[in-house]
Amino acid sequence: MTVVLSTIEATAEPMLPRPFEVVATRRETADTVTLDFAATDGEGLQFSPGQFTMIYAFGVGEVPISVAGGSADDNVLTHTVRAVGAVTDAICSAEAGTQFGIRGPYGIGWPMDAAEGGDVVVVAGGIGLAPLRPVILRLLDNRARYGAVSLLYGTRSPDDLLYEEELRQWRGRFDIEVEVTVDRAADGWYGDIGLVTNLLTRIEYDPENVTAMVCGPEIMMKVVAREMGRAGTDPSSVYVSMERNMKCAVGFCGHCQYGPDFICRDGPVFTYAAVRDRMRVSEL
Amino acid sequence: MTTSQTKVVERVDLGILIDLLADSGYDVIGPTKQDQTIVYRPISAIDDLPIGWTDVQDGGSYRLVRRDDSALFGYVVGPHSWKSYLFPPRSVLLTIENVDGELIFTPPDAPDRRYAFIGIRACELAAIAIQDRVFLGSGQVDTTYANNRAGLFTVGVNCAVAGGTCFCASMKTGPRCLAGYDLVLTEVLDESTHHFVFEAGSDAGGEVLHQLPGRDATEADFARVAAIVDDTAAHMGRSMDTRRVREDIYTNRDSAHWDRVAERCLSCANCTLVCPTCFCSTTEDTASLDAALGQRERRWDSCFTLDFSGLHGHPVRETPTARYRQWLTHKLATWQDQFDSIGCVGCGRCITWCPVGIDITHEVAAIRTRSEVPA
Repeated sequence: MTVVLSTIEATAEPMLPRPFEVVATRRETADTVTLDFAATDGEGLQFSPGQFTMIYAFGVGEVPISVAGGSADDNVLTHTVRAVGAVTDAICSAEAGTQFGIRGPYGIGWPMDAAEGGDVVVVAGGIGLAPLRPVILRLLDNRARYGAVSLLYGTRSPDDLLYEEELRQWRGRFDIEVEVTVDRAADGWYGDIGLVTNLLTRIEYDPENVTAMVCGPEIMMKVVAREMGRAGTDPSSVYVSMERNMKCAVGFCGHCQYGPDFICRDGPVFTYAAVRDRMRVSEL
Repeated sequence: MTTSQTKVVERVDLGILIDLLADSGYDVIGPTKQDQTIVYRPISAIDDLPIGWTDVQDGGSYRLVRRDDSALFGYVVGPHSWKSYLFPPRSVLLTIENVDGELIFTPPDAPDRRYAFIGIRACELAAIAIQDRVFLGSGQVDTTYANNRAGLFTVGVNCAVAGGTCFCASMKTGPRCLAGYDLVLTEVLDESTHHFVFEAGSDAGGEVLHQLPGRDATEADFARVAAIVDDTAAHMGRSMDTRRVREDIYTNRDSAHWDRVAERCLSCANCTLVCPTCFCSTTEDTASLDAALGQRERRWDSCFTLDFSGLHGHPVRETPTARYRQWLTHKLATWQDQFDSIGCVGCGRCITWCPVGIDITHEVAAIRTRSEVPA
């Protein structure tokens, strides 16, 4: 009963993190912080937009967090983290110099190559802009490869906007259309109020030659796919990023199962066509 | 090295098998009686086996009773499965040294140990093969499992009795051991004889068999073995029809029967803990009081807990309905998409050890029945 074991020896430890140090932090909102990490061994982490890492806080625990930017060549790994529990509290309160364990990247990211040659619609709700930030940066760096590019972004209130400075820069460009809306306005807000999905009618794209990349609450992603479907976009051209509890990120812990898929390795990015039936089922 | 393919070993000589394996450096694990159950523990002699005992099992019920003979393997499976050794309930993933804020991550050393399992039933060999695919065969290799699995020596047992909750025959995993054994034995016991018919399933098994005293097995011996396992197969306490079960479960995701099961289900997680294939786990982190040393541990988890699906402080599967549906759907349907086999081997443990006797064979039949009724 030893046959299957012949290939085991050469495999690396799948749950072993590397030490990374916080080199810079930027407070985004009351509960959200963006951190730049650097690997202490100098080996930057190579990632694709939409992938995630597992971040370990000493003695507290480990959480999956989407990569929000960075460059392996420069040994910069950027994560935007919202404090919602013990581990994310520890990350959000970290100062420059604090070390964390990071392993990854994991998962299948956004279809940057498949989207080339057509229009791109990026839709983000709340913290969902974090995993889409590398998409926007990649689109703008390789702008000529894509058709019309739009970003639709919705948050609860003006105070919850991420990457405000970058948003201002993107809005000032003529090669990307940026629309921002909030659920509840406040004094000094002159922008849109309402659901991010309402903004879909405002942008220009070819429904039959577009790739949508959508990250936010499940209901938001469903409505985006449905509205774009009505306009003629195939559900296999709408990509959504799914989220479930996750402990190992390598398909062993069973927590992130979503029907037959393990979100850690079969996702987190799926076509709407692949998950549409499952999204109709509650508590799946 | 000389090997033997078959051998008939007398009862008085069987202890030599344990001695041979122990002398070869194996940690020998086998069935033994503890707390009125038969569990898998280290054994050092034949007398450690539950000699002359059998188990009477039904939904929510397990009792040990005396047999009227001195059979060594005259029972079926208890609350333990071999996964307790290969995928332990608790294991260390990492130790983390914190040297003035500088973190040093160290995985545990591979244990200097090889297991020999004696008395693995056919359904359990099938379960080990399933966990092999989960932990070794789907891309990443799980280090803990691989370390415990490396060098494993397996002695299978063809079942001479069927338990009240057994349904391996319908799952096509038993009662005859099909694959994955180094040695397999069948116990033959009547007024005139008590012996074991051995067959080797590997070179390592053949080498051990060669060192056991006994005679070559004959056609008559194999005919007796066939009669024994055929009789066991004919007396299964339960059965499950697995044809199109995946499709039927997917089409009945909204069946009202899930609610009827949930009305009885206590979400206690017993079924997942006794299941020989359930592999879900969670992690636990600790640190010393001076924050100099941290540890990450992995422990068994269950899809029946609320925490299991917790996302931003709220469970995705809040109702017992959703949690039972997840478990049964995974076992019988999504498992096939993930690992090319059903995740159930028909051992019956989840039926026996369910405190309210929920029966997977009945529930899946009830859920499917509804799909045959035209809407």
